Amino acid sequence: MSTIKVSIVSSSEEIYSGEGTMVFATGSLGEIGIAPGHTPLLTGLAPGPVRVQNGDDEKTFFCSGGFIEIQPDLVTFLSDRAERAESMDEAEAIKAQELAEKNMHDKESELDYTKAAAQLAEAAARIKTIQKLRKNK
Amino acid sequence: MANTKEVRKQIASIKSTQKITSAMEMVAASKIKKTQNEMQLGRPYSEKIKEVISHIANSSSEYSHPFYEHRETKKACFLVVSSDKGLCGGLNINLFKQVISKSAELKAQGIESNFALIGLKAASFFKSVGGDVVANVQKLGDKPDPDALIGLTKTVLDLHRNGEVDQVYLCGNGFVNTMTQQPKVEQLIPLPAEETDELTATHWDYIYEPEAQELLEGLMTRYIESLIYHAVIENSACEQAAKMLAMKNATENAGDLIKELELLYNNVRQAAITQELSEIVGGAAAV
Repeated sequence: MSTIKVSIVSSSEEIYSGEGTMVFATGSLGEIGIAPGHTPLLTGLAPGPVRVQNGDDEKTFFCSGGFIEIQPDLVTFLSDRAERAESMDEAEAIKAQELAEKNMHDKESELDYTKAAAQLAEAAARIKTIQKLRKNK
Repeated sequence: MANTKEVRKQIASIKSTQKITSAMEMVAASKIKKTQNEMQLGRPYSEKIKEVISHIANSSSEYSHPFYEHRETKKACFLVVSSDKGLCGGLNINLFKQVISKSAELKAQGIESNFALIGLKAASFFKSVGGDVVANVQKLGDKPDPDALIGLTKTVLDLHRNGEVDQVYLCGNGFVNTMTQQPKVEQLIPLPAEETDELTATHWDYIYEPEAQELLEGLMTRYIESLIYHAVIENSACEQAAKMLAMKNATENAGDLIKELELLYNNVRQAAITQELSEIVGGAAAV
C-alpha cells in the first residue's frame, strides 16, 4: 500500500512525523481527506482533530489553526501554538507602538474579549477531538 | 600605609561579590541548557515552514508576494534583538556596533533607517544614540512567548506594506557555541531568493483554498514571525552563554584580587608586629 509522509509541527514542538495511508483534517473550507498522490494544495487549517491512518492503525492529534501544505508525496501541518485572531494582532501592534511612544493606554478589556472568544473556539475544538477519540474506542 | 582593618574590610566585600558572581554563573549555566532545549524544540517548525515557503517560491504561483519584490530602497528598518538584562559582557554592544555601522553604510547610499527593538538593552541604547524607533517590546523573560512578538512584527510588516519601509533587516546574536556568539545582521525583506531544487523543473502550481493572496499573506507573515521568534530564542541562549562567561571571568578576577589583598594584609600585619617589637627592644635598651 502506498503511503504519504506526514509531519505535524507547532511553533513550540514537533507533534508527529511518520507515514500514513490516509489523513483526515479540517481545512478552512471544510473536512478534507488526503490520500497519497494528492494534487498540490495549500489551505488553511481550522482548529480540530487531525487523523492519520496507517493501515489499521489510526492516530488522532489536536491542532489549533494554521496551514496545510500538500504535495503528492508529503503533507505538512503548520499549527499555531496559541489562539489568535486578526483583531488580537491589531491590539498587540497598537501596544507595541504605544510602548515606543511611551504612553500606554489600557487596552486590556478589548483584548480580553477577543482572547476569550478565540479560547472558546479552541476549547470547543478540543472537546470535539476528545469526543471523536472516545467514539473510536 | 594602609591599616589591617581597612584591608580586611575590603577582602570581605570582594568575597561577597565573588559569591554573587559565582552564583550567577551557575544560574546562567543551568539556563543555557533550557534555552538550548527550546531552540531545539522550535527547530522542526522553522524547518518545515521554510520548506513550504521554498516550495511556494519554486512553484509558478499565480500570485507573487510583495516580500519577494525588490523595489527601490529609500528606507530600511532594523529589527534589533537584544537582552533585557546586562552583565553579559560585550554581547549587546557588539551587536549594536554592527547595526550602527550597517545603518551608516546604508545612509551613505542615501537610505534612511528606523528601528524596531526587542529587549530593554536595545531600547536604552537607541534612546541614548538617538534613532527613529517604530516599535518596542521588552521584558520577554527567560521563556519568550511567541505571542509577545506579534505586535512588533505586525508593525514592521505594515510599514513595509504601506511602502514606508523597503527593506527589513533582522539583527541578533547567533549561537555558535557556549564560548562564541556571532552578531549578525541579515536581510529579512525582501526575502533572499531560494536556491532551486528539483521541483522547479516542472511547471506546477498549488490549488489554493480559499484565495492564493490571502493564504500566502498569512503564511508569509507566519514565516517572518517564526524567523523573528527563532532569533529571539537564539539571542536568549547567547545571553545566558555570554553571562556565564562574563560571570566566570568576574569570579576569577575577584579571586586574584583577594589573593593580592591577602598578601598586602599579611605585609601590613607583619610590619606592625616588627614595628612593635623594635619599639619594645628600643624601649628596653633605653632603660
